[in-house]
This record gives sequence, C-alpha cells and structure tokens, in this order.
Amino acid sequence: MIFWRAIAVAALAATTSALLAGEIPPDARRSGYSFMSPDTRAMQDDDTSNPGMLFVLDGEALWGRKVGSADKACADCHGDARSSMKGVAARYPAFDRTLGRPVTLDQRINLCRANHQQASSLPYEGHDILALSAFVAHQSRGVAITTGDDPQLIAFVEQGRSLFMQREGQLNLACTNCHDDNFDKHLAGSPITQGQPTGYPLYRLEWQTLGSLERRLRSCMTGVRAQAYEYGAPELVALELYLMSRARGMPMETPAVRP
Amino acid sequence: MARSTITIAVLFASVVHVANARADGLARYEITGDGIATSLTGAPGDAVRGRTLALARTTTCILCHSGPFPEARFQGDLAPDLTGAGNRWTASQLRLRLVDASRFNPDTIMPSYYRNEGLVRVGRNFAEKPILSATEIEDIVAFLATLRD
Ligand code: HEC
Ligand code: HEC
Repeated sequence: MIFWRAIAVAALAATTSALLAGEIPPDARRSGYSFMSPDTRAMQDDDTSNPGMLFVLDGEALWGRKVGSADKACADCHGDARSSMKGVAARYPAFDRTLGRPVTLDQRINLCRANHQQASSLPYEGHDILALSAFVAHQSRGVAITTGDDPQLIAFVEQGRSLFMQREGQLNLACTNCHDDNFDKHLAGSPITQGQPTGYPLYRLEWQTLGSLERRLRSCMTGVRAQAYEYGAPELVALELYLMSRARGMPMETPAVRP
Repeated sequence: MARSTITIAVLFASVVHVANARADGLARYEITGDGIATSLTGAPGDAVRGRTLALARTTTCILCHSGPFPEARFQGDLAPDLTGAGNRWTASQLRLRLVDASRFNPDTIMPSYYRNEGLVRVGRNFAEKPILSATEIEDIVAFLATLRD
C-alpha cells in the first residue's frame, strides 16, 4: 500500500515537473524583485514605505467588519487571520468541489460573501476585494507556494500551460516568448522578468495603485493586441494556476512593489 | 516530371495568394527568391517619413530593436541593432522581412506586419487589419535601406 502510494506520488512529481523546451528549470527561477532597481526594492522591503501595506491595513479592518444579511465578519468564521490564513494564498487557485473547477482567492472571498455572509459580491479590481486579498495573502509572506499539488487540478494546469505557450494577438506573441525565452532583456526601456506571480496583489508604480494578477495578465494580452479575457474567465484562472504552479516552492511576497 | 509538379504547385500557391490578397483588402505582392522585388504601392517609399514611423511607439519596432536613434531613450534589446541593415539586406529582402519575417525564420518573434489572417484572439480594435499599411511598409523599407555604415 505505502509502496504503491510512494510510486504514485513519485509519478505525479515526475509528470508535473517535466519541462517543455524553453521552460525555466526550478533552480533558475527568479522573482520580479530581482530585476528591480535598488530604490524599488527598498520600497518593497520597508513596510513603512511600501504603499501596498495601506491596503493590507484596510483589509484587516474589513476582515473584522460584520456584513451581509448574515451579519457576520470573516473573523467570525476564521478567527485570527495570522494563524488561520497563513499559507492559504500560497495554495491558490484551489479546486472547489461544488463548482468542480479551480477558483482564485478573489473568487473564494466572493463565494464566502455569497454563501456565508449573504452579502453582495465585490467587483474585481475594486478597493475592497484588493484590500481583503492583500490582507489574506500577506499572511503567507515568506511561505513557499504549493499551488498545483492537488491532482484534481492537473488538467487545469495543463490548460494554463497551453495558453501560456499559445501565440495570440495582432503581434502574434506568446507569454513564453517573453517570459521563458527573453527574460533579462528589455522591451523598450522595461526589463522583462520571468513573469513570476509571487507578489500579488501588488503595488505597481505605473498604475499608482494595487492591482491583481489578472489585471497584469490582461495588460500583457492588450500589449500584444489580443482580446483580453474578462476578469474571472476560466482561461485567466487557468493561466493564474499555471503561473502559481510554475512558481511552486518560491516564497510569497505580498504586497510586492513593481515598477 | 517532379520538377513540373513543383512548378505547378508554386504557381498554384501564388495564384491563391493573389486571390486572398484581393479578398482581404491587402495589396497583392509576389515573393521572388527571398524577397518582394516590387513596391507594395507601386511607388517608392519616403525615407524621412519611414524614420519617424520606425521610431513611433505604434509601429512597435524599437520595442524590440535598437538602432542609430540618439534621440530615442528607450530602445529594446530583444532583436538585432538596425545599424547597417541597409548593407546586410536588399530592399527586396527588407520588404519581405517586414511583410512576413516568419519566411526567414519560422520561430521568429518578429511580427508579420502585412498579414491579417491566421492569428488568434486579435483585439477588437485591430481585427482584420495588418499592423502597417502598404504605404507605411514602403516608407520604412526606404528608411532601412539608408542605414549603411
Ligand atoms: C512582448 C513581451 C510580453 C509578452 C508576450 C507577455 N508579457 Fe508579461 N510582461 C512583459 C513586461 C515588459 C512586463 C513588465 C515587467 C515585468 O514584470 O516583467 C510583464 C509582466 C508580467 C507579469 C508580472 C511579473 C511580476 O513580477 O509582477 C506576469 C505575471 C506576466 N507578465 C505574465 C504574462 C502572461 C501570462 C502572458 C501571456 C498572456 C504575458 N505575460 C505576455 C512582457 C510580456
Ligand atoms: C517582438 C520583436 C520584434 C519587433 C516588434 C520587430 N522585430 Fe525586427 N527582428 C526581430 C528579431 C528577433 C530579429 C532577428 C531575426 C529573426 O528572428 O527573425 C529581427 C530582424 C529584423 C531585421 C534584420 C536585422 C539584421 O540586420 O539582421 C530587420 C531589418 C528588422 N527586424 C526590422 C524591423 C522593423 C523595421 C520593425 C518594425 C516595423 C521590426 N523589425 C519589429 C524582432 C522584432
């Protein structure tokens, strides 16, 4: 029994870690942080100068606020986030049994609002959803990403991987063309990173606000003049899932700062 | 026998090409050897306008390339420096490179600037349009041809 289980686990590890040509080997992976200027790094490193921390504080307040017709706060079910939420963001997107598909952390928060708080869903990219997800993900800062370990997700990770490899848009470029094959080079003035998802939601100086991973992916799609998927679309969730499993083992940085 | 089959295949391919070109609104062109020998517009391009275009954000050239453009602060390094491109390539080769760089290297990341089909999920604002017009291609070709060391 134990023997067979060990083989099954080994086989799983082998299939999920088999790299396609051009994919980055685990020990060569680098966070976007390592591509930044010393000034921007310093801004991320110091909580008193990291603008993302204001959202984390707002998220903490929302965590304790009773909402919806159930008149319950997140804290009424989950208690102290410092212990109950540690490591949670590091395994998202996660498989939802009822829906039979992966959901992102933002979607999980809205499922909790609908099912347990009887509250309306928070719009994507609005202040409150960003604040709550920054607060939850911040509890995983320094925790190694484990997304993709769940065997029920394999088909969805594969879907995300093929979307990552697929050329699209009028410029006919795939994510892999920039983020696997050309990181460390420059697109006009901007350094191209490996596109690791370790810091989200994060504060982008160019946006002058916090933004989600989906916002980032949608801007890369618009950049190649492709029709970006809508927020929450299964394709964006699959891409997010692939990116997180591609970063498995890397530490979470939320809230990161990026140029 | 074998040779005449190939000739027929090539002829057939170019006929199909011309037919497509009519249907989708792009100027017709003929590939001879590794280039397109004649201007897409029938007229020579304007090298001065071509320089402005090559440097414009909208044409995307210097997102990837650098070149002898001292006034452009942000130039890319995903692709060869364009300095001396006019020594390395004829106008005919440059024209085909802009129209469809994948003819030179099937895995290239350089977009095909005069193509409007066979692409995936093109954004609504760009659907069914080539990246550049025939006139813009001719202007940029004329400019690149002047880049001699
Ligand atoms: C033409 C080049 C190009 C393509 C194609 C591209 N990106 Fe990006 N991407 C960039 C640049 C430039 C940035 C901003 C700098 C950075 O963080 O890499 C970026 C940023 C990112 C980031 C943020 C990394 C961080 O540290 O915060 C992620 C994630 C990402 N891209 C994923 C993708 C995905 C997924 C696709 C395909 C849907 C894609 N990119 C397509 C150039 C590209
Ligand atoms: C997304 C990246 C990208 C963009 C945008 C791009 N190119 Fe290129 N280009 C390349 C690459 C890479 C090569 C090297 C050969 C190859 O892979 O096809 C190249 C090769 C060339 C060459 C031959 C270079 C030499 O001297 O050997 C010329 C000329 C050229 N490009 C001109 C242009 C012009 C003009 C534009 C804009 C209208 C442009 N390119 C846009 C990536 C790009």
